[in-house]
Amino acid sequence: MSNLIIANKTFSSRLFLGTGKFGNLQQMQDAICAAESELVTMALKRVDLQQPEDELLAALQLPNINLLPNTSGARNAQEAVLAAQLAREALQTNWLKLEIHPDPRYLLPDPIETLKATEELAKLGFIVLPYIHADPVLCKRLEDAGTAAVMPLGAPIGSNKGLKTVDFLEIIIEQSRVPVVVDAGIGAPSHAAYAMELGADAVLVNTAIASAQDPVAMAIAFKQAVVAGRMAYEAGLAKASNQAVASSPLTSFLLED
Amino acid sequence: MNAQHFAEVFKQYDWEAVKAKIAQCTPAMVEGSLAKSRKNLDDFLTLLSPAASPYLEAMAQQAQQLTIQRFGKTIQLYAPLYVSNECQNICTYCGFSMDNKIRRKTLSATELVMEALALKSMGVDHVLLVSGEANKIVDRAYFERAIQTLSPYFSQISIEVQPLDQPDYELLQAAGTHAVLVYQETYHQEVYKQYHPKGKKSNFDYRLATPDRIAQSGFHKIGLGVLLGLEDWRVDSFFNALHIDYLQKRYWKTKYSVSFPRLRPAQGIIEPNFIMEDRDLLQLICAYRLWNPDLEISISTREREKFRNHIIGLGVTSMSAASKTNPGGYVVDPQSLEQFEISDERSMEEIKAIIRQAGYDPVMKDWDSSYSGRVYG
Repeated sequence: MSNLIIANKTFSSRLFLGTGKFGNLQQMQDAICAAESELVTMALKRVDLQQPEDELLAALQLPNINLLPNTSGARNAQEAVLAAQLAREALQTNWLKLEIHPDPRYLLPDPIETLKATEELAKLGFIVLPYIHADPVLCKRLEDAGTAAVMPLGAPIGSNKGLKTVDFLEIIIEQSRVPVVVDAGIGAPSHAAYAMELGADAVLVNTAIASAQDPVAMAIAFKQAVVAGRMAYEAGLAKASNQAVASSPLTSFLLED
Repeated sequence: MNAQHFAEVFKQYDWEAVKAKIAQCTPAMVEGSLAKSRKNLDDFLTLLSPAASPYLEAMAQQAQQLTIQRFGKTIQLYAPLYVSNECQNICTYCGFSMDNKIRRKTLSATELVMEALALKSMGVDHVLLVSGEANKIVDRAYFERAIQTLSPYFSQISIEVQPLDQPDYELLQAAGTHAVLVYQETYHQEVYKQYHPKGKKSNFDYRLATPDRIAQSGFHKIGLGVLLGLEDWRVDSFFNALHIDYLQKRYWKTKYSVSFPRLRPAQGIIEPNFIMEDRDLLQLICAYRLWNPDLEISISTREREKFRNHIIGLGVTSMSAASKTNPGGYVVDPQSLEQFEISDERSMEEIKAIIRQAGYDPVMKDWDSSYSGRVYG
C-alpha cells in the first residue's frame, strides 16, 4: 500500500480519527493506538490552551501521532480564523481542520464561510483541511484558495449512514489535485473500505469507533477495512458489468472476410 | 405559515384541547411513534402521554442509543453562580419572592472574583450566572460588568436572569455571554397570573416573547423549561416543545437546551399543586430525546442523588454539581438566603466519579472564549 502525502507530511496510515465521544481518555488512547492512526483531530474548544497540563492534550501526546486541531464551534470565518491563530500559537502546529457549521443540529458545513476562511488561513501559512459538503465545484474553488486537502462528507456527521454522497465523491476524487479525505457519516468498516475502493486518499472516523460497544476492537476493524479498500484500489478493481460480453454481434462483421 | 413571533403559533392552540389529545393517546399510537426513525411534535405528545408510561423501558433504550450517537459518552458539568437574591416579583413558589422577609444580598465585583476562584478550584469552567429580578439593583449594566469581571476565569458564561429588552441582550451578547436561560414557568395563562400576581414578571406576553428577543440578539444557545409542579406537566411540556420547535426552525443557528426544574421546598413557599414522580420525569426526558436528538438536556442538583446517578446515559447531556443557590454561597456569604434547597450535595469530585463509574467522561471544558469574542492570555 502506498504512502499518503499531505502538504509536507507522509502518512503510512490512511485512517484518521476523531477524539470526541469516548467514555474516557484511556479508551480513546487505546483506540488510537489500535487503529495505528497517525493523524487525530481534536476540538480546540475541548482543550485549555492556557494550561500545559490539560488532560486531553496530555492523553494525545503519543508517539507517531500528529495533532489536527479543529474549529468545531465556529459559526463563521472570522471565529474560525481567530481560533486557528490561538491554536497555532499554543499547540505549535500550523495544521488545521477547518469546521464551520452555523447549524448546531446537523453540524452541516457552511460552504461560503469555509471558502473565505480557507483563503485567509492559507495566506497565513496554515495547512488547511476543510470539512465540506461533497460539492465538486467547491473542492476546485478550495484548491484555488490553497487548501492542502478536502474533506467531503459521506453523510451527516455522526449519522453512521455511510456514503450517501457517493456520486459526488466519485466526481471529487476524479477531479481533485489535492488528497480527498472522506469525513463524516462513515458508520461501518464496509463504508470505509468502499470509500477507499473508490480512490479516496483517506477516511476520518469518530462516532462509529467511539460509540461502539468495544471501541478498540472496532478501531482494529476499521484499520483492516481501510487497508483492504486501499489495496483493492491500487490493485485495480475489475469493473462490474450487468451483461455478459462473450460475443460481438455488432462488430463481428469486421472479422469477416 | 411563517410566524414572526411565538405568540402567533401559541394562540392557535388551546390548553384544554391539548390536554384532551394527550388523554386520548392509545398504546397503538405509542407503538407507532416508537417505530418511527424521525419523530415529530405529535409523536412527542404521544410519548409523554399516560399511554406511553408502560413503554418506558423501550423509550429509555432508544434515548440512550440516540444520546450516545449524537453526544457520545460524555456529560458536561457546570455550576451556577448566584449573584443576587434581590427580587421585586412575588412568585408564590420561590424563595426569593419579594414578600419573603429576609436579608438580601448582591455580590460586588470583588465578591464575584472570590466566588469565581472557589469555583475554579473545583475545576468549574462553564458557569451560569443566576439572579432574582430587581431591575434597579441588578440590571443590564450590572450583568455586563459581572461578565467582564468573570471573563478571565471561565471558558463559557451563561445567564439565567430576568427577561430583558433586545438592546440589553445585544450588549450582553457582545460582552461574551454564551447562552440565556429563561423559563416560561407555565404556559397556562390564567395559572401564570395566579402565581405571579405582582411585579414585572406578571406580564405573560412579555415573557413569552423573550426567547425571540434572545435569539435575535445572536446568543449561541437558549435554554427553556417549565416549572414542574405549577400545572399539568404533560400539557406544559407540550407547549414548551412547541416553543422550541418554532424557535429551532426560525433561528437555525441557535442551540437549544431544556431543563426540568421540579418544585423544591424553600423558605416561605407553597407546596406544589401537581406532583411529578421520578418515573414521570424520566418519561419526559426520554420523550424530549426521542423527539429531538440534538437537544441539550440538563439536570440540576434539585434532583436526588439516586435519580441523578441513574439518569446518566438516559438522555441527559449536562449536569450541575456542588451547587449553591444563594449569592455568595461558595465562600463569600454561605448563610445568605437560598432560592431552593438542593437535594444532591455531593462535591464536584464525587459527581465526576459517579459519571466515570457509569462509563461516561465528565467534561469540564467544551467551549472556547474566543468563539464568544473574548480573547485572553
